[in-house]
Amino acid sequence: MFYIYCPHCEEHREEEEFHASGEAHIPRPLDPESCSDEEWGEYMFFRTNPRGIHHELWVHAVGCRKFFNMTRDTQSYLILETYKIGEKPSITSAAAKLQAQTKVQEGV
Amino acid sequence: MQKYSGFGLINHALSHHENWQRVWRNPKPKKKYDVIIVGGGGHGLATAYYLAKVHGITNIAVLEKGYLGGGNTARNTTIVRSNYLWDESAKLYEHAMKLWEGLSQDLNYNVMFSQRGVLNLGHTLQDMRDIERRVNANRLQGIDGEVLDPQQIKEIVPMMDCSDLPRYPIMGASWQPRGGVARHDAVAWGYARAADALGVDLIQQCEVVNFIQEDGAATGVMTKTHGVISADRIGCVTAGNSSVMAAMAGFKLPLESHPLQALVSEPIKPILDTVVMSNHVHGYVSQSDKGDLVIGAGIDGYNGYGQRGSYHTIEHTVQAIVELFPVFSRVRMNRQWGGIVDTCPDACPIISATPVENLFFNCGWGTGGFKATPGSGHAFAATLAAGEATEMTKPFSMFRFHDGALIDEHGAAGVAH
Ligand SMILES: Cc1cc2nc3c(=O)[nH]c(=O)nc-3n(C[C@H](O)[C@H](O)[C@H](O)COP(=O)(O)OP(=O)(O)OC[C@H]3O[C@@H](n4cnc5c(N)ncnc54)[C@H](O)[C@@H]3O)c2cc1C
Ligand SMILES: [Zn+2]
Repeated sequence: MFYIYCPHCEEHREEEEFHASGEAHIPRPLDPESCSDEEWGEYMFFRTNPRGIHHELWVHAVGCRKFFNMTRDTQSYLILETYKIGEKPSITSAAAKLQAQTKVQEGV
Repeated sequence: MQKYSGFGLINHALSHHENWQRVWRNPKPKKKYDVIIVGGGGHGLATAYYLAKVHGITNIAVLEKGYLGGGNTARNTTIVRSNYLWDESAKLYEHAMKLWEGLSQDLNYNVMFSQRGVLNLGHTLQDMRDIERRVNANRLQGIDGEVLDPQQIKEIVPMMDCSDLPRYPIMGASWQPRGGVARHDAVAWGYARAADALGVDLIQQCEVVNFIQEDGAATGVMTKTHGVISADRIGCVTAGNSSVMAAMAGFKLPLESHPLQALVSEPIKPILDTVVMSNHVHGYVSQSDKGDLVIGAGIDGYNGYGQRGSYHTIEHTVQAIVELFPVFSRVRMNRQWGGIVDTCPDACPIISATPVENLFFNCGWGTGGFKATPGSGHAFAATLAAGEATEMTKPFSMFRFHDGALIDEHGAAGVAH
């Protein structure tokens, strides 16, 4: 069970209030009509699905119902940070991950 | 290979069972193979077996990072059925079903395939329409199936609550009598033993950490323990780890890896002699030969490689089971575990060439690939032998996610299993 900090509500809530919505930071093509099949397919379906640091979209489904981003380790399940849509993640590499251990949130 | 038989059992009893042959060799890998299979789960082992048996290619290594059949093969709930909706997938799963029906004989290994029937319950009008559509499709495909009403269901599973008291009363079901369960470990061991006997090298504790490429073609793999091993062709069958493998080779797959959990109760006397699944209340249950109730349901929603999930997911699963079987409410649960399933956007597998020449992937089976193990191995072996997709595997190309020819099996794949 994750204990997740919603950056909108500014408090920790239990995982059951949230819904994971997959990889974050996938920009929709500005002009879908001009995309090749390959470009559109990549946007729709292909994912990095990494073992390790993953930036992902969550929604506070039965709370404020707003979307936000999370940086989480998909191997250890540690939540490293949550941040609002439009913001950039502050943790992106394994090295940065180590420094950030101090502000780590509760995992499973 | 020492042949297993009733007579052999008696014979070995005379020597106190001390002279049984090892089930497979533990060879040192060679420098080069015709084919390398990465991943020693059921699918990888079956692929190696059929490559050797059907296509006469015996210079093969199966490289497994842990122990044989220790991934999802060891963790699944062993439901086998072939009643999928679309022709492409129904054909593939039915191909597997036919192989299941002769598998113990073929491998000379008892995989305990038990055709005890599978019920897929419907609880809403839409469920029933989907079920009727699927059963009708199956009949046209030559696959057995019937639509049952609650009265007929009650005859098969008397202690299930078929009244109109539950929140979602059972309105009917699809019934595939040829479906059932098999012994998951025996499937891996049986294929491993038979493949080994045909000369396949099974290399355990041998993690592949990179693919060696020359001019866009794969020529071998880099392993953690045995350095570079070369091969003319490579088949990657790594289930939940497939995206990681693809990243090594330099491309992406349309997959997400999720934890999928299951649990078993303490062993109880025989009470359930079939498999009951429900998409709508979301859970499924069967009883193993040992007596434990084998229970599962949905994936955890987040991406994960940790082979474990969150507790509330199991809680929901058990709620669904108790809704169907109030009589199970005080059965105690014994063990719970998770595997990592590689879910594909259309709930169908990928059996495919890749952007890298001579490198093929068989993955994306997600929550329901155990039932396909023999068919998947058989079909992937044919693809590897030919070096290109066959009639059967063509629809399952990874490039269907570019051209849009998806095979939507979300309805038939239903509750994750
Ligand atoms: C809880 C649960 C319940 C399920 N229930 C059912 C069910 O009832 N019916 C059904 O049909 N399906 C079910 N499934 C799905 C089924 O288990 C899988 O689809 C199927 O077992 C996949 O087989 P596989 O051989 O491809 O994968 P695996 O058995 O996972 O084998 C892949 C192997 O690749 C190895 N590997 C990975 N990376 C590397 C590397 N770098 N180098 C070397 N080796 C590597 C792994 O160690 C592993 O042994 C269930 C799955 C789970 C988790
Ligand atoms: Zn919130």
